[in-house]
Amino acid sequence: MFKSVFERIKKGIEKTKKQLVEGFSKISFGRKIDESLFEDIEAVLLKADVGTKATQEIIEFLRQESKKRKITEGEQLKELLKEKLYDILKDCSGSLNLTNEKPNVILFLGINGSGKTTTVGKLAYMLKKDGYSVVLGAADTFRAAAIDQLEVWANRVGVRIVKHQAGADPSAVVFDTINSAKSKGEDIVIVDTAGRLHTKEHLMKELQKIKRTIQKFSPNQPVETLLVLDGTIGQNSINQAKTFKEATDVTGIVITKLDGTAKGGAIIPICKELKIPIKFIGVGEDIEDLQPFNPKEFVDALFE
Amino acid sequence: MFELLAEKFSSVIDRLKGAKKIDEKTLDEALRDIRVALLDADVHVDVVKQFITDIKQKFLGQEVIKGLTAGETIIKLLYDETLSILGGQEPPALNKSEKPPTIIMLVGLQGTGKTTTAGKVAKHLKSKGFRVGVASVDVRRPAAAKQLCTLASSIDIPCFVDEEEKDALKLTEKVIEDAKKQGFSYIILDTAGRLHIDQELMEELVKIKEKVKPAEVLYVADAMQGQDAINTAQEFHKAVGLTGVILTKLDGDARGGIALSIRKILGVPIKFIGTGEKIDNFEPFYPDRIAQRILGLGDIQTLIEKMQAAIDEEKAKQMAEKVMNAEFTLEDLRDQIRMIRSLGPMEQILKMIPGIGGKIKDLKVDEKQFVKIEAIINSMTPEERRKPFIINGSRKKRIARGSGTTILEVNKVLKQYEEMKKMMKKIKKSGKMNFPFKLPF
Ligand SMILES: Nc1nc2c(ncn2[C@@H]2O[C@H](COP(=O)(O)OP(=O)(O)OP(=O)(O)O)[C@@H](O)[C@H]2O)c(=O)[nH]1
Ligand SMILES: Nc1nc2c(ncn2[C@@H]2O[C@H](COP(=O)(O)OP(=O)(O)OP(=O)(O)O)[C@@H](O)[C@H]2O)c(=O)[nH]1
Ligand SMILES: [Mg+2]
Ligand SMILES: [Mg+2]
Repeated sequence: MFKSVFERIKKGIEKTKKQLVEGFSKISFGRKIDESLFEDIEAVLLKADVGTKATQEIIEFLRQESKKRKITEGEQLKELLKEKLYDILKDCSGSLNLTNEKPNVILFLGINGSGKTTTVGKLAYMLKKDGYSVVLGAADTFRAAAIDQLEVWANRVGVRIVKHQAGADPSAVVFDTINSAKSKGEDIVIVDTAGRLHTKEHLMKELQKIKRTIQKFSPNQPVETLLVLDGTIGQNSINQAKTFKEATDVTGIVITKLDGTAKGGAIIPICKELKIPIKFIGVGEDIEDLQPFNPKEFVDALFE
Repeated sequence: MFELLAEKFSSVIDRLKGAKKIDEKTLDEALRDIRVALLDADVHVDVVKQFITDIKQKFLGQEVIKGLTAGETIIKLLYDETLSILGGQEPPALNKSEKPPTIIMLVGLQGTGKTTTAGKVAKHLKSKGFRVGVASVDVRRPAAAKQLCTLASSIDIPCFVDEEEKDALKLTEKVIEDAKKQGFSYIILDTAGRLHIDQELMEELVKIKEKVKPAEVLYVADAMQGQDAINTAQEFHKAVGLTGVILTKLDGDARGGIALSIRKILGVPIKFIGTGEKIDNFEPFYPDRIAQRILGLGDIQTLIEKMQAAIDEEKAKQMAEKVMNAEFTLEDLRDQIRMIRSLGPMEQILKMIPGIGGKIKDLKVDEKQFVKIEAIINSMTPEERRKPFIINGSRKKRIARGSGTTILEVNKVLKQYEEMKKMMKKIKKSGKMNFPFKLPF
């Protein structure tokens, strides 16, 4: 019924490639390095949402380094660019942390509509397939039918959900979820929270309270605090990452909606500045559309 | 927070005193900052390029606006240009079909805010006295129907859904037929989020549109969307012919460059904005506010108008002359304070001034302080105002009593005045001056 893991990953890469390829593949590197080549590279980086600052830095690096290395061919510059992008992104790769503790708690957060609930569902599916017992905590008690949405996912995946009424205190939901997972000896609790803009202080405080509730059970938890960034969003992602990190000590990033034509390049400045590991990418709305982030493939795909 | 363009312009403004025309060097320098500001606001690279080329042609050699510096003139022209692309001053109204019900269909990418906005539009129309219903043809997103109906019931609006029907087209027929029987003035139709490159779902959308013949096809877009915004909007426009745009999530710190890109490339009017999760967080689109936001300007327009109205040019000229001759008296200081205060609350005014807003962050101005200074000067005799050096201890006592202040405060005003005079002498020497007057602190 389900595709093999290999196929699944391949499909994801293919998709990522398809939409990332477009930019750099349009540039002809088979020429001598000149100003227009730098301009072309600059435009592609900007169109990929890399942003003015990081783009400037990358272009500046290319100029200096190509002089230093006495590079004159476009193809060599392309290799240098690849090297640079990989250099930036390799510092930000990482896989899901899990401890031996039971339950491990994974907390999801992010702005409205970025794909938290969907990613919770996909990750639960992935972990369940890996043999873990998983419980979902419906801590978005604010948005209309948020609990029902998560419940549909719980049923799809075939895992338990702990929920309260709409409007209940999210921390209380989290408390009950962990408590119940603990008493049943389950492995992993995944907490879905309400979308919130990083600029809203009271809502950031609410997240801190949720985090404190989790820490009451164990100082090692949550083992992951995952920020879900919408890959179609531009420079605002940088503000989001900064503010959420400051408020809640984000341990990883998930970039969603990379199955479209947006390039998700805002991760480059985020990675450069904040060094938060990128753990997964979302490449669709289906249960299997979650992929580990691989910087090498990500960069290669930009050029193939 | 993002760096305000007005802040970046401080340097340009400082350098550009007294210029009569906008010269190329100045313009190029300003355009570099403008380019970065637009890109940081997520305006599309190609749109930025075109925009910069256009304004370069338009601005070069333009006369500097009276009362403004060359830098300020560029800002003003830039602002006017942006505003005109965004569609002038007035928010456009919703289309209406000849015969009721008017059907308004919401489309867009996943998670942009369509369902929430369906509730908001319904509430908006209901509060105008119309009978409104909402319907969902989203068969994909888990609990989509429940989400819409929860919102609808919170504002007492009938909701038409069928969770059993998994075929979007059949569902469309059903809910629209049901809703039409109710004699609504408006029916708001919520559709599933979809990618513009998903052919199957885009075709589905075309068919839904053909079935319901909406008077409005509103594209709901996330104001934070990046460079791909144009690409996606264009594809939706090609497929279903957008009649308007709603930008959501403008309650955050997104600069909303998508507004400029969409207007420039598609020309479709932006009709409303979403400013929060709650059903009331919904406003008409005011182009001037977005223009300022994208450019990172303070409330520049208001400032300019106010300045132009309030500053009597003749007086300013006289003042400038006095300053140059270091004849600046306490009477002049009082005139300045009055003039500035007539513009509105100090803090707001200062923030609006390019070049000053940038230098003084987190500006806190004690308005009472100005009232006091004025009172102190009022209590002086005309002679004292012109020749403050004659103010001795007993005069100070009298002035303090007359103005309801203390000798200490009178001393402070006199000291500030002396400092200003010194500063003006310096300005005269170095020739550096932005305004015909200097603010008293
Ligand atoms: N194409 C695509 N759509 C996605 C992806 N991830 C999520 N979505 C869709 O994006 C929309 C919003 O997803 P949700 O999971 O509800 O987002 P959320 O962050 O939980 O939203 P709030 O709880 O309202 O803040 C849904 O329609 C999802 O199906 C992805 O990787 N690709
Ligand atoms: N802060 C803020 N949040 C908003 C605004 N408009 C919508 N939202 C939130 O954005 C998230 C997504 O909104 P939905 O209405 O579910 O989006 P949608 O386009 O219907 O999503 P799909 O049907 O999955 O494509 C929810 O959390 C909403 O509360 C807004 O103007 N400001
Ligand atoms: Mg959610
Ligand atoms: Mg929806």
